[in-house]
Amino acid sequence: MTLPAPTADQIWVWIKDWLVFHTPAPFQPLASILCIVAAIIVVFASLFALTVLLERKGLGRMQNRYGPNRVGPFGILQPIADAVKSLTKEDIVPRSADHVVHYLAPLVLVAASFLAYAVLPIGRNMTAVNLDAGVLFFFAIGSATELAVFMAGWSSRNKYSLLGAMRAIAQMVSYEIPLILSSIAVVMIAGTLSTSAIVDEQARYTHGIAHWFVFTPWGLAGFILFMIAATAETNRSPFDLPEGESEIIAGYFIEYSGFKFALFFLAEYIEMFAVSGLGITLFLGGWSSPVSFLAWIPSWIWFFGKLLALICCFIWVRGTLPRLRMDQLMNFAWKFMLPMTLFVILSAGVWRFLPATIAGSGALGAVVRWLVCAFIVLLPYVTLARALESGRKIEKREYRFAE
Amino acid sequence: MFGEGIIQGLVETARNFFGSYVDKDRLVTVQYPEERHQLPEATRQFPFLLYDGADPEAGLRCVSCQICEKECPPQCIHIEKSKDKKPDFVGKLQFYPAVFNIDVSTCMSCQICVEVCPFDAIRMDNQFELSTSNRFAGLLYTKPELAKSNEYYRKIHPTEAAECDERRAKEAEEAKAKAAAAAAASAAKAAQAAATSPAGAANGASGNGTASTPVEQPAGKKPVTQ
Repeated sequence: MTLPAPTADQIWVWIKDWLVFHTPAPFQPLASILCIVAAIIVVFASLFALTVLLERKGLGRMQNRYGPNRVGPFGILQPIADAVKSLTKEDIVPRSADHVVHYLAPLVLVAASFLAYAVLPIGRNMTAVNLDAGVLFFFAIGSATELAVFMAGWSSRNKYSLLGAMRAIAQMVSYEIPLILSSIAVVMIAGTLSTSAIVDEQARYTHGIAHWFVFTPWGLAGFILFMIAATAETNRSPFDLPEGESEIIAGYFIEYSGFKFALFFLAEYIEMFAVSGLGITLFLGGWSSPVSFLAWIPSWIWFFGKLLALICCFIWVRGTLPRLRMDQLMNFAWKFMLPMTLFVILSAGVWRFLPATIAGSGALGAVVRWLVCAFIVLLPYVTLARALESGRKIEKREYRFAE
Repeated sequence: MFGEGIIQGLVETARNFFGSYVDKDRLVTVQYPEERHQLPEATRQFPFLLYDGADPEAGLRCVSCQICEKECPPQCIHIEKSKDKKPDFVGKLQFYPAVFNIDVSTCMSCQICVEVCPFDAIRMDNQFELSTSNRFAGLLYTKPELAKSNEYYRKIHPTEAAECDERRAKEAEEAKAKAAAAAAASAAKAAQAAATSPAGAANGASGNGTASTPVEQPAGKKPVTQ
């Protein structure tokens, strides 16, 4: 058996095959698994370091500050300094904490976050485990992080951490529904739960433009709803109530210090990448290029480019929006997100059964289908926005003592 | 209602983000160790002792009256009075501190020592980079570390120093005039005494000796004080 010549697109697959090829036959399955696991952990942990730096620099610039610029040129070695700091800090466990659960919580969280990458196609032929029910696996593993969060909040035996954990559970359970419902539309159209097959479905081109689901009305609405739900699911601002530094200090990981704290931090970002990766897979065509003449750029560059773009959006939103109140959060989830995702599903169904072309009318059929589906999403959006607004009175607040 | 407020907010942050790369005036941060703000004149950190002239020992204004030591709320000042005396800026013989220590780890920079000092001998410094690598050493300031020249005082607190110098010059002037008047009066007395009895003249001259020396002292000191 010989290996095919490496191409830029398949370079990582080739390296893995080469490494596996040079291990003794009995260890080849194990070596294959280890290669993939090591690659995922190294790549996404480095991406975490990069993101933390980007976030601090970006937020700084949004607030007209410099951001970290002391460690290394332009502060690029700041993540290393952070890592050294968190590794050398004392690990404090409260005396009355449940030691076993307290110890396990960050490990479970990180493990569950990394497991989600098993089904993400990060390039052509670069899915770690090509499950038939990949999307289902992703959401199942995503729910395991809730368990870890509650383990952390409960075992710390601290009022704030318990409060934070309760908030986290309430929020994650609420937003998991719109998250899953908005991806159901994609599953309906693609007709499969396999992430690789969903990407293959989108990596087709007509007139040089890809069949990304985000280019359809239901796909665009679904993508926005998916990303909002993903923001809430990963406890990012403006949905960072479980952490709420100003209210409950740090929420469920208040009693963690040193490296365990760093693990929570890591898991949060890893989750964010994973859910962004799923958003890319479902709506943004995974590793495919948007136009066919750019298809020569390696698929993994497309995936990580899109991922970085989404991360920048997350940072941008974090720099812009203030934290929601608990009731606003719940109202938003149940009164707005849930109905909207249901209409997205309806729109996707209509899209599936309306003919894409009407015989003899050229592009008219496609335009009609597009407009009808857009209308099905836009009408409830306007109606819901009006209805939710009507009961509220916004007045200028009079301050008696301030100012 | 339709989320346009969110869009406006996003535009605002984006404008700030890109603006901070284009417009340097947006970035108000002073990159501290390399760039520094001009310290305001009223800055105060820890006290120091003032001396006139070039010699910190001879010119030290402190007369060891120990008022500051008694008034200091956290009691961080420790003074030991000298056994002998030395002349001050008007030429009057005064005690001086044999030991003058300030424990800056205890000092709370309240400036009360400065307020109570009747001799303009203690003032607030503006040095703030005083951290030490040792927890126990380097925080007890002794007389050589505390003594700083009047020129330095003029540099860090110009307005205050000018006012102080003016007042002291006036005081020295008055003291000189007073001494001169006293010398003149005693000289006249001596002349009168000499006129009545020539034998008493020698006694009178030696008696005036103590009174006339102080007059010499401020004359030598005055250019420095101003």
